[in-house]
Parts: sequence; structure tokens; C-alpha cells
Amino acid sequence: MPEVMDADRMSRALTRIAHEILERNRGLHELALVGIRTRGVPIARRLARALKEINGEDVPTGALDITLYRDDLMRTAVGPQPVIRRTEIPFSIDDRKILLVDDVLYTGRTIRAALDALIDFGRPRAIQLVVLVDRGHRELPIKADYVGKNVPTSLRESVQVRLQEIDRIDEVVIESIDQPGSAEVKS
Amino acid sequence: MKVLLKGGRVIDPSAGRDGEFDVLIDEGRVALIDRDLPRDGCEVFELKKGWIVAPGLIDIHVHLREPGQEHKETIASGAAAAVAGGFTALACMPNTEPVNDHAGITQFILKKAAEANLARVYPIGAVSLGSKGEQLAELGEQKSAGCVAFSDDGKPVATALLMRRALEYAGMLGMPIVDHCEDPSLKADGVAHEGFYASALGLRGIPGVAESLMVERDVSLAELTGAHVHICHMSARQSLRAVRAGKERGVRVTCEVAPHHFILTDEALDGPIKYDTNLKMNPPLREGADRDAMLEGIADGTVDVIATDHAPHHADEKMVEFDRAPFGITGLETAVPLVFDRLVHAGRIGVVRAIELLSTNPARVLNLPGGSLADGSPADVVVIDPERRTTVDVARQQSKSKNTPFQGWDLRGAVAFTLVGGRVVHRLNS
Amino acid sequence: MNVDAPVTETPVTAGIKELKSRHLLGIAGLEAAEISLILDTAEAMKEIGNRAIKKVPALRGRTVVNLFFEPSTRTRTSFEIAEKRLSADTLSIATATSSVTKGESLIDTVRNIEAMSPDMIVMRHASSGAPHLLTRIGRAAVINAGDGMHEHPTQALLDAFTIREHKGRLAGLKVAIVGDLLHSRVLRSNVLLLRTMGADVCLCGPATLMPPAVGRFGVSTTSSIDEAVEGADVVMMLRIQQERMHGHFIPSLREYFALFGLTPERLRRARADVIVMHPGPMNRGVEIDSEVADGPYSVILEQVSNGVAVRMAVLYLLAGRDSAEPIDA
Repeated sequence: MPEVMDADRMSRALTRIAHEILERNRGLHELALVGIRTRGVPIARRLARALKEINGEDVPTGALDITLYRDDLMRTAVGPQPVIRRTEIPFSIDDRKILLVDDVLYTGRTIRAALDALIDFGRPRAIQLVVLVDRGHRELPIKADYVGKNVPTSLRESVQVRLQEIDRIDEVVIESIDQPGSAEVKS
Repeated sequence: MKVLLKGGRVIDPSAGRDGEFDVLIDEGRVALIDRDLPRDGCEVFELKKGWIVAPGLIDIHVHLREPGQEHKETIASGAAAAVAGGFTALACMPNTEPVNDHAGITQFILKKAAEANLARVYPIGAVSLGSKGEQLAELGEQKSAGCVAFSDDGKPVATALLMRRALEYAGMLGMPIVDHCEDPSLKADGVAHEGFYASALGLRGIPGVAESLMVERDVSLAELTGAHVHICHMSARQSLRAVRAGKERGVRVTCEVAPHHFILTDEALDGPIKYDTNLKMNPPLREGADRDAMLEGIADGTVDVIATDHAPHHADEKMVEFDRAPFGITGLETAVPLVFDRLVHAGRIGVVRAIELLSTNPARVLNLPGGSLADGSPADVVVIDPERRTTVDVARQQSKSKNTPFQGWDLRGAVAFTLVGGRVVHRLNS
Repeated sequence: MNVDAPVTETPVTAGIKELKSRHLLGIAGLEAAEISLILDTAEAMKEIGNRAIKKVPALRGRTVVNLFFEPSTRTRTSFEIAEKRLSADTLSIATATSSVTKGESLIDTVRNIEAMSPDMIVMRHASSGAPHLLTRIGRAAVINAGDGMHEHPTQALLDAFTIREHKGRLAGLKVAIVGDLLHSRVLRSNVLLLRTMGADVCLCGPATLMPPAVGRFGVSTTSSIDEAVEGADVVMMLRIQQERMHGHFIPSLREYFALFGLTPERLRRARADVIVMHPGPMNRGVEIDSEVADGPYSVILEQVSNGVAVRMAVLYLLAGRDSAEPIDA
């Protein structure tokens, strides 16, 4: 299981992304972070912390569950419904620049679902995409604005991002799909 | 024309006979019962060892549905179902459309039965006009036309006064009143036995007392009048107690139990098919203690007769909500396998008692010809293979209706032959 | 959201991700884990009702027919809203205006509807067991919206959801249910659900309105409302109908209120944090005093709004199951 990023690298990548966000948006004015459940949420929070450290301001942060917007919902004849969790966006997204945050960008379908969901919440002025890892193999015309690391992979591999807050360790590893415990959800 | 039934176990409780005998039938009558009868000149039926030869069974509680509801059953199809079930005679209830409350309808029924020329049919006439419970019907005329008893079955005889008068009047004619015992106010709009299962399934209940209250009324009135009351389709343990007490006092009360009431309980409502209308009948399937009481009464002699209360209903009528479905299940073609499998083979009663319950006593209770193999009597005979395993299959039954909860049951005991007047009217396909 | 707060992800129901049956005919047969799954899913659904655009595309393209053989505004509209919020195509048939009044049988009514290929049928019917019959004669998944005196599973689920929101749990709570227990499908569903989830249930009502064999339901019973309410965490009041005076169940509504009505005085016997519930519609002054119904302990209106979320959860969980399963025998 080759490790692609260790805790240190992950931290430095997020710090770098925070700087990129500030530079590109010329400050934090009207910015908000929305993490995509599940692992996009802790990453969004870390980003918010990093932005505050650099800039001194709080960035509103929310959590988005995109289950009900997935395009493979109700289609898979085999397997149970995915479990839904709460969406918590305690601020208006109208006229804001929303930074969508996810752990891995793969086919792009999760982001498409997130865009649909966000637009049901209101009318943001702009949406930018932050991902920790971009593993390629896009099936939709989606691109990330900020990328922690580009990790080329084959279709027989999966990228696992593990976070202290959920998995008790920070690391990004590549697993082969044939291995047990490497269940894949295409995102 | 001579017929010889050779090698079977002849059981005739009315004559105290139980042993291996040959039965010679001549010109449609029982001619001789003895050992090693000669075969020459006879049509010989070689019976297998252990096969039972008994007087033709008699079902004294059958709904033939004709006139008026021929989509459920006709007299012809009912008579065919009867002989397929080993019954050479049956008594049919008057709740047809119109109700059999006068001689013309009895004559019609007898004519149709003669045309079918299978089981003998003995009509039971209504006690009151239209069975409405208001006006006594012409019981004398009905008797002359051929009725063998009177009943308002489907309902109880409406009032104590009417029941009293009916008992007195019918008693004068030497006939019994056959009562469907149920207190209408307690039964109300109930559809299942009042107990845990109906309660959990949200079905309105009918308590056992609804039946026994009326049984007690009838026993008291039979005592008062000295006449004979026969209690239909008994199901509740309280009813059994009342009948037993009445008999002990010398009251002329007899009673019948249907197979479903000594086999099934209300627990069946909670089976794999919920709200199965093939479990809906009146009186309903009751709880274990009631079923056990029926078994007890069957074994100890308190119960006189097993009668099926054969109640055919068309599939469309039963494929509705439980509340709306009509009450009743068929019974003619499942009785023998159920009695043999669940009573005889289960060790609860012997074969002799089984024949008593199915033939000897029904004849005695309604004073019908038959129920015995006495010399010179019409050769109504049933031959039963007590070991033969069959699976209940409605598709192969003679009855027009298929409403039974016993579909698919594997049972030990089957009718091999049925003879009416010495003529084979049913034969089991091997 | 405080960025420094520790992560509290919504707990995932341990080990179970889908319902076992493709129908929801009752609480009977549901396991505790399935009940928890429905309630957890309802929590997520509830949030949708707080958005500006109260819609998600989850059931887009699915057809749901609401077949109501008994009049009902509350339950029917609750289901309709739930279905629309999930983007399903909905069709409500109230039988007063349909061919049923012309004597069409249930089986023919259903077959005609089935010819339009609905994915799900939500049915309310006056006969116990009607939804069960429906599963035998049709192909669609069936949700029971109330059958006779038997069950009303989504009501019990929204009641449980409401209790859980206030109390954080169901296990170990003392729940008193008061009213016409005999005729109530809400009662049967609630008893099954609360017992499955480990609550203590006390039933209270006149002896004439106690269900037969109630001792086998796993509850305690009393005909004293003071005893039932004493120390209760939840007091659930059921309707008593005018027509119960026919059939000799109760002598009058006046006496019923005197013996069994929930007044503020009686409510004082309950725990200080008691919640008062009622499935509706209420008979003020008959089973419940207006002061209690509108008072600080009442969660009656919350029950109604939670109904939509719970029904969304049920529709979502059932709609995702493989609909090519064979018809039950």
C-alpha cells in the first residue's frame, strides 16, 4: 500500500492551498467553505483554521450531504441505499463565493451532485473547487481550482484519504481494488 | 347384479361389527357379510389388507347453494364432491336463495339430487319464513315434502319463544331443531375469535360466550319441551360444558364439530399469509383451549357427530378484505383425510369411533336411513385406505369452490371407493 | 459552525443500511435496527424542510399513488408533501370520487391503478389487512397509511421521532397511552414500536375499550389516568369518538372526560420534562383539555411537521429497494 502523502505533506499542502485561495480571491471577503461529506468536512475545517491563522478572519464553514443528488441513486439494482447524513449550512450562500471541498476528485460525479445541491440552497456568486487529491479519470467536464497533489492512478486502484478526525491518522494511500477492504465509491 | 367387496376390514358400529369380512351386495342392497364368500357371479373388488369397509358416510351439515347461488356450488357438483369425500348422503341447509321454507323448494332440491344420481340429499327446512325469525314456517308441509330437520342456519333461531315453539312443534312431528348457536348482540360485527390474535391483527372479535350462551338457551328449552335440539358446528369449550351438563341431566341434546375446529386455532391467522380469508368462518377458529375441548369431547363421547359445514364460496368473493369476505370453507373432500390423519393416526380415537362420528351417529341424530350395513339395507358403502398419503389439491376436487385452508396439506387416509345403492360413484385414481 | 469544535458526525446506524421488506405494512416485523435506520434517515430529511428550496431529486421519475379509502386530510397531505419533496410524481385518489363508490372491488381498483405502473402505493383503508391483500394482488411496493384497527406505522414512527428529539432515546422511557385503545391502530403500532425499542408502556382507558388479551402485548394497564400519568416521560392521548356511545362502550363524552381527560392538574403528576402527544385530530374537552393541548408540554404540532420527514425517509428507503422482486404468494 504505497503511501502517497504523509501527515506532514498533507499539512503543507493545505497551507499552500490556503495561500492560493487568499491570493486568487484577493482576501476572504464573502468567501465560505462547504465540505462534502464525509471527509471533505474535516478538510474544510482545517482550511478554515489555516485561513484564519494567515488572515485573522473566520470563514463560515458548512457540511453538505450529496446522497440525495447522486446520479446512481435508485439505479444500482444490487446493494442497499447509501445512508444519508445531515446537511448543515448555517449561513446564506447567496452572492457568496463558495469553496467546495472534497478529499478525492475522480470521475467528477460527486462534484456535479454537489453543484446541484448547492444551487438548491441559493445562488452563489461563484463556486470554486478544492480537493486534496486529484486522481484523474474524469467522466464529466469538471476541474479543480486547488489541488493538494495530483496522483495518477489506474482504474484498478483506489485512493484512500485518512484523517485524524475520523480515522485517527493522517495519510493518503493507494490501494489495489482486488485487496479486501478496498471498497470503492466512485467520486 | 352382484358386487363383492373382498378382504377388507368391515366396521359397522351400529351392529357392533369390526373384523375382516367380505361384503356381498345384490340388486343394490347389502345381501351378506361373512368370511370367504365365493367370487362367482360377482363383480369383485379385491381390497387391500387394512382397507376399511364402512357404512357410507353422512354429512349432516352442508351448504349446496342451489337454488340461487349456483356460481358457488350446485346440487350436482355438491353431490359429486360428497361422494368424492366418501359421503353417500348429506343433509343440506335451507339458507339458499330463496330460503328453503316451503315444500316447493324441497321438491326442487330432491329433483335435482335425483338427476345428479350421486349422493343422497336430505333437505333441512327453515324454522321460520325466510329464516327471518318472525313467523314459524309450515313445518308439517316441509316434512311431508321430505325435510328431515329444521334450522335457520346462518343465524340462530331468533328468540327463546320461537325456539320453544319450534321445539314443541317439531317435536310433535318427531323432528329435531338444528340450531346455529350465536347471540347476535355479542357476535355483533365480529369476524374472528375474540382473543390475542384478532386483537393484535385489529379484527373485531367474537367471544366463545356468544356461542355458549345460545347453547345454554337451547339446552334449557330442550329440557323444558322434551324435544330434541342438535347443536351445529360447536367450537367453544363453554358450549361443550353446557352440552355435557345437559346430557347428564337427560336432555335430548346432540352436537356436531367440524374438522377445522378440532385441528386449527386462531393462531393460524398469524401465518405466512396474513388475513387469509380461507381462515374466516363462523363460528371462527378459536383458541387452543377450545380446540382441545373439542378433541376431548370427540374422544369421550360428548360430541356425537363430525359434520363439515361445507360452505363453498367463489374465489372472487373470498379475494377481498377480511372484513368483507363471506364466512365459510369447503369440507366434503377434506373430511376423511383430516379425520384419519389428525384423529385416528394421531392416536386420539380409534377407527370405530371415527366411523361412528361420520356415519352411524349422523344417521341416528337426524333419523336418516343409512349409517349401517344391516342386511337388506341399501348398499351405501365407503371403502377407505387408512394408510394412503395424499396432498390436498383443490384443482383436483369436485366442488366448484376452492376455499379451503388445507390446500397443500399432506394427510394419511383417503377414500378408495364410494358406493351408493351398490353402484360405484367414486373411485380413487391411483 | 465553530471550526475548533470536535467532530461529531451523525451516528451511522450500526450494521444496517436497508429495510428488509419491500413494503411497510406495519411495525410488526420491523427490527430495532430498522426502526433506528428510518429515524436516522428522517433526521436528514427534516433538514430539507428548512431550506429555501424544499426539494431533492432522489425519487425523480418515480410514481407514487396515494390510495385513500378513508377520508384523511392530515396523513394524505403529509404523504403528498413528502413525495413532492423527493421529486416523485404523485397521484392521490380519494375514493369518494372514484369508481369504488360504484361498487368496484379493491382488487379491480388496484389492478386499474397498476396498469399505470406506479412504483409505490400508499394506502389507507377501513379494513384491517387491506394493505396485505394489496401486496398479493399487485406489483407496487405498499406503504400502509392506516388499515382499520390494525396499524398505522408511519404515525408510530413519527411519534418515536418526536420522542427521540426531546428525550434523546426511547429505551427505558415511561410512556402512558390513554384513550380508545380497542379501536386504535395508532395504539397497536406504538405499542409494538415502543416495546421493540425498550420503552415501558402503560395503557389506560375504560375497561370496555381495552383490547382483548392486552396482557400479551407486554404492557401494563390501568383504568386510572392518575396512575398512568404518574412519573411518565411521555403522555400520548388518543381520540375517543362520539360513536363509541353506541355499542355501550362509554355512557357519555362528559363522563369520559371526567374519568380520563388529560387536565393540567392530572398532568402535574408526570415528570417535569414530560411531553404530551396526540396523533390528531383532537377532541378538545373530551380526551384533552385545551390548556394542555396548547400548553408548554405539548409537542402535537411538532408531530405533524415531523410526519413529513419520517414519511420522506420511508419513501426513500423503500424506493431504493430492488423493485423486480417477485410478488408475495
